[in-house]
Amino acid sequence: MAITGVGLFGFIIAHLLGNLLVFAGPAALNEYAKKLHDLGPLLWVARLGLLGMVGLHIWSAIKLTAANKQAREVPYKSDVLPVDGHRRDDIAVKFAARTMIFSGLIIVAFAFYHLAHYTWKVPQINGIHDDFETYYVQADMVTSANFTEGEQGKNPVDVYRMVVTGFKVPWVTGFYVISVALLCIHLSHGLSAMLQTLGIKNKNTEKWVDKGAVIFATLLFLGYISIPLSIIFEFVKLK
Amino acid sequence: MGKLLNLKLRVWRQDNAEDSGRFEEYDAKGVDTDMSFLEMLDVVNEDLLEDGKEPIAFDSDCREGICGTCSMVINGTPHGGQKGTTACQLHMRQFSDGMTITIEPWRASAFPVQRDLVVNRSAFDRIQQSGGFISVRSGSVPDANATPVAKEDADLAMDAAQCIGCGACVAACKNASAMLFVAAKLSHLSLVPQGQPERERRALAMVQKMDEEGFGSCTVTGSCEAVCPKEISLDFIARMNREYGMALIRKGTV
Ligand code: HEM
Ligand code: SF4
Ligand code: FES
Repeated sequence: MAITGVGLFGFIIAHLLGNLLVFAGPAALNEYAKKLHDLGPLLWVARLGLLGMVGLHIWSAIKLTAANKQAREVPYKSDVLPVDGHRRDDIAVKFAARTMIFSGLIIVAFAFYHLAHYTWKVPQINGIHDDFETYYVQADMVTSANFTEGEQGKNPVDVYRMVVTGFKVPWVTGFYVISVALLCIHLSHGLSAMLQTLGIKNKNTEKWVDKGAVIFATLLFLGYISIPLSIIFEFVKLK
Repeated sequence: MGKLLNLKLRVWRQDNAEDSGRFEEYDAKGVDTDMSFLEMLDVVNEDLLEDGKEPIAFDSDCREGICGTCSMVINGTPHGGQKGTTACQLHMRQFSDGMTITIEPWRASAFPVQRDLVVNRSAFDRIQQSGGFISVRSGSVPDANATPVAKEDADLAMDAAQCIGCGACVAACKNASAMLFVAAKLSHLSLVPQGQPERERRALAMVQKMDEEGFGSCTVTGSCEAVCPKEISLDFIARMNREYGMALIRKGTV
């Protein structure tokens, strides 16, 4: 759980940094995308590694959740009402920690949609029925080619145009923001749990770790949603 | 004498391990606020006996917060939720007149209910027997200063050694995980020189036994630490994970 969590967390940071290049303009983002694509077999190694990690994370998550359910077959009938009322929040499990499996599974559903949207470029689900497969860019990495001129594998893909067009659709952006919010709720608990599981957290770092996890998750949230929101509100648009 | 309270109790009654159990309601009238929670139950039981009814079965022994026997969930909270306090040390002054108090047994698959509020906690004993000891040479008492221990280690070991094996951590945990208990026992022994020779064997055996007994796994919710009457820190679980990881590596299992 924790080891695959570390891996996924690494991806989430790298992916954000890459995505933020959208603010540096079409050339920067398209250049970055081309470099990734040019990695060829290495890209596939990374993809398979990531897929394996997601698989293991989900598999252990489901096993863990099932085993933990089984450890208490008869549930309590009463609510947590300690005599020291103010301690209730310490005793009752926090929202993020209680809902890890649900936030996780919704993130998976979103990830599939996200892949279908931008990686497999399925026109039926992007809300505008435009075929992103036809978005190519000329050698200067800025000027979009005519639809007919592009050729898969030959011309660089116009990722910038795809992203800006894609997030122009309000419900796509809405779904994205909600999913990223869930991801960050997942991480607000996951990051501190991860350090505890790996045995890194101790009394001196505990406060710091728990706060840090929430702050980090919030920063990730803001970083991720800044992109579609800038597009919806036209801070970022097609040149 | 303190103030007198009139309370309503909703108590879990279960005839034996096979019975499916149910809540029953009782009136507790004229409860002195200076009574402990268990004394209040004693009085209710006297009344039940006088009425020719079966008294509520619950465990207790020392009644001074050191044996860990008095397991009961009071208003959804193991030991009632006063910081660092066992049920036997909880006093009726913490409750207000007219209140309804719900009392349930520990609920965990590894702690089957025997009767009413009494659960079988032998799973903890079996975890202890799997490695929670040191095999020392018998003989006369060793010299007091023969084995020096650093002050910080001694303090930490003492913090861990405070665990009274009550099982409240399991009862509070949404996963019925026993990690706080096992972590306390492991850390206590692995911090002092006497525990070193069997250190890895112990970590592997106790963690394995804990899983076998059907306790859940830690997902770091912190409920255990919050209800523990001895305020055992969650840090010991991180220490246990480290201990277990190192043992796996050293024993060449990984
Ligand atoms: C990009 C996606 C994801 C990231 C970055 C991520 C990250 C993490 C991290 C860092 C942890 C903490 C590990 C630990 O407790 O030691 C964790 C735990 C967990 N994750 Fe994920 N996760 C992701 C997706 C998922 C998915 C898809 C599922 C669902 C099925 C899931 C279910 C869980 C569960 C059940 C836990 C455990 C539990 C807990 O401590 O309460 N996660 N995740
Ligand atoms: S760790 Fe605390 S709650 Fe758990 S058994 Fe020991 S004393 Fe009881
Ligand atoms: S009866 Fe011994 S701790 Fe409560």
